Amino acid sequence: MSSRTDRAAPVVEMYGITVERGGVRVLDDVDLTLHPGEVHAIMGENGAGKSTLIGALTGTVPIVSGDVLVDGAARTPTSVAQSRAEGIATVFQESHLSPHLTVAENVMIGHEVRRWFGIDWAANRERASAALATLGIEDVDPRTPLAALSPATKQLVAVARAIVLEPRVLVLDEPTSSLDAAEAARLLGVVRRLRDQGVAVLFVSHFLEQVFEVSDRMTVLRGGRVVAEYRTAEVERAELISKMIGEDIDALQALHSQRLAHHYAGSGEATLRATSIGRRGSLEPTDVDLARGEVVGFAGLRGSGRTELARLMSGVERADRGELWLDGARVQLRSPGAALRYRIAMSSENVREDGIVAGLTVRENIVLALQALRGWSRPLSRGEQDAVVDTYLDALHLSRDDLDRPAGELSGGTQQKVLVARLLATRPHVLILDEPTRGIDIAAKLDIQRRVARLAGEGVAVVFISSQLEEVVRLSDRIVVLKDREKIGELSNGPGVTVDTIVEMIAADLDELAPGDDDGAGAADGAGGRDVT
Amino acid sequence: MSATSPAPSRAPSSGRLGTVVRHHLFWPVAALVLLLAVNTVFRPSFLRVSILDGHLFGSPIDILRNCAPLMLVALGMTLVIATRGIDLSVGAVVAIAGAVALTYIARSPDPGSAGTALTAMGIALVLALALGTWNGFLVSVVGIQPIIATLILMTAGRGIAMLITQGQITTVTSAPFKTLGAGFWLGLPVATLVAFGVFALVAVLTRRTALGMLVEAVGINPSASRLAGVQARTIVWTVFALSGLFSGLAGLVLASNVMAADANNAGLFIELDAILAVVIGGTSLAGGKFSLSGTFVGVLIIATLSLTVTNLGISPLVTPLFKALVVAAVTLLQSPVMRRKLAERTRRVAPEPKVVAR
Repeated sequence: MSSRTDRAAPVVEMYGITVERGGVRVLDDVDLTLHPGEVHAIMGENGAGKSTLIGALTGTVPIVSGDVLVDGAARTPTSVAQSRAEGIATVFQESHLSPHLTVAENVMIGHEVRRWFGIDWAANRERASAALATLGIEDVDPRTPLAALSPATKQLVAVARAIVLEPRVLVLDEPTSSLDAAEAARLLGVVRRLRDQGVAVLFVSHFLEQVFEVSDRMTVLRGGRVVAEYRTAEVERAELISKMIGEDIDALQALHSQRLAHHYAGSGEATLRATSIGRRGSLEPTDVDLARGEVVGFAGLRGSGRTELARLMSGVERADRGELWLDGARVQLRSPGAALRYRIAMSSENVREDGIVAGLTVRENIVLALQALRGWSRPLSRGEQDAVVDTYLDALHLSRDDLDRPAGELSGGTQQKVLVARLLATRPHVLILDEPTRGIDIAAKLDIQRRVARLAGEGVAVVFISSQLEEVVRLSDRIVVLKDREKIGELSNGPGVTVDTIVEMIAADLDELAPGDDDGAGAADGAGGRDVT
Repeated sequence: MSATSPAPSRAPSSGRLGTVVRHHLFWPVAALVLLLAVNTVFRPSFLRVSILDGHLFGSPIDILRNCAPLMLVALGMTLVIATRGIDLSVGAVVAIAGAVALTYIARSPDPGSAGTALTAMGIALVLALALGTWNGFLVSVVGIQPIIATLILMTAGRGIAMLITQGQITTVTSAPFKTLGAGFWLGLPVATLVAFGVFALVAVLTRRTALGMLVEAVGINPSASRLAGVQARTIVWTVFALSGLFSGLAGLVLASNVMAADANNAGLFIELDAILAVVIGGTSLAGGKFSLSGTFVGVLIIATLSLTVTNLGISPLVTPLFKALVVAAVTLLQSPVMRRKLAERTRRVAPEPKVVAR
């Protein structure tokens, strides 16, 4: 990592950028400066505003207030074409390319070389080849259909599409999410080379180590605001992570002490036990025990494998290695339905896509899992439905009339609670909640957390996953820490455990491994990028 | 049909009329009434029902009898479409069922006996169910897109029917078998009674059990339904199997009406009429919420339309065009964009201080 002191004049300056979406400020007074020959990373958890900021720069997101200066002149872009004309190019994810077009067509699409009569194919292929050569993949024939290439090469083709315009600013939004470690390293090499050629690079990735490896400077966003800006060489990992996830919320402190008061010591008897459970490309073999009445937190950044582990333990995805044991008997979960029959329930982090059935009524959404469990031929009578639904009516802050409204009309927080109610209606013994508090207001958050605490008190084994580590610390009896698709440790929660403890674990894991541990550590851990600088 | 509850009038409605107009069956029923009215204007005796040879007789009865096969096919199609699928093979299954039944009767030593007729129908229905199950297997287990999966049987099916009839139009004489398509019971056509009976049975089954809700859940959001423990695969498989079974029954009704199995023409393009009936009835091709009562009205509209063509003396050459125009009008009336535009226009013409939703 080179620390540059002789910085050239900035190419892009963004001042006071504010963006609103549906009346909510998603970006609030954000400043960002990009210099030629520098890789600038934007850090932040989900919903921090990273993609919105990129959208504001590339003209896909309308700005409420603020200025974008290119070479010192006000040039707030209002379309991709306009930002492109200013020399700002975006690398799309490989999924945004056209698989059935050739490599050359994919690279040159939108800016084909033309003659008096249509497109000059030969010239297009030549220019595409030149772009591919600068990326070190000159062996790819520009006439190959894109679909025939590996994901990594496709991603490089996406880069080629951006650099063929010879941009002065290159924007990369999660460019390595589909790549394995070696492929990611290759892409990072390309990024470094472009930087050395004087391109200003804006880099967003949720893989922490890649950011540390490639970036010169970073801006940390949280809740749409800039909370810090660092030179990469000067920042501590722990400090960065705590900046990204934010500070405690006082209102919830009471719950914490309450949880600690009857902290579950752990009987050592697991109700659900996973041994070496894993799946190629998503999670390294992992051991986890869950005991009755215990809240186990899965902590880690996005992409750490916390969601993958939850999905493997609840039959949403099938493990290709390892075993699951329920109360001492081996079980195979072929589907979420099978898991529910074993009384293992899971809520997905994507409420809108994988949770709520928007067109069904609130009532139908709540009874859906219970009904599925009973089978179609034994319908819940209206009376039985009411009995189930009434239990949750107060918690949902809904009136009886609302029950027959389509669930899609509800707010995000209420949808989340409807989803939890659906699972609770099946009276689960094991309840796995993936980000149950994401994107909902503080009252709804508190409500869900109280419910989790109460459920544990009733003897349910609860898994609680959240990007907000304070929540995990507050609620959990035990915390499983994951990083780069692997479990790196387990903490028994107690007075000494704080957010910093977890943050240090995540940060330290690398420091311990850093010297000399290069025996293919990154071979199977996806794009984890353990590779040392 | 009693199966669906009226749409709740949540928006401030302009009185009782507004509630009626907003009901999802309003426009289909209005179209049906209009069609009947046009027919009556051209031939005042159109709606007259008389008793002849001990059973009811007249154009309305013709409509009810002629619509029976389409009613059965559209019933299965509604369920398939509700799960985001589509079944193009129904016409082929109609042909195969007729071919199998009539070939069996023709070759049996005693074509006129009730036993033979029942066995023939049994064999045909089991085969139709098997064909539907095959479609369901391709869609739910193998994961082929429904339109492609059922296209296989759509193209292959008529060939199979040809093989069964050995390229001939098989004709037989069997009084018991003829009863299904051409007979009367209590003054009403047996075909109508069978089709309406099956339709009512399924309507009650889907709304009185949880099947309807589970089908809708799978159609609206398959992945969320799976996570809620719904056996999405089984449900998709079941609706395709049922679609096959109902098409087989439709094939028997058609074959018994003419007492001939025509592998090439039996049930030709019935899949398109069925899809039309479903769409006219207000079930979205995108899946999800379905309305069997809507499909019921849709089928009646299409059957009435066919009779209107003959009644008005429209040349058979332009029949498809005429049908297309009516269908276009009905679907336009149902489209939310179109309705909003119409509402705006009416408001401008009659500036009453009414609160109009959206």
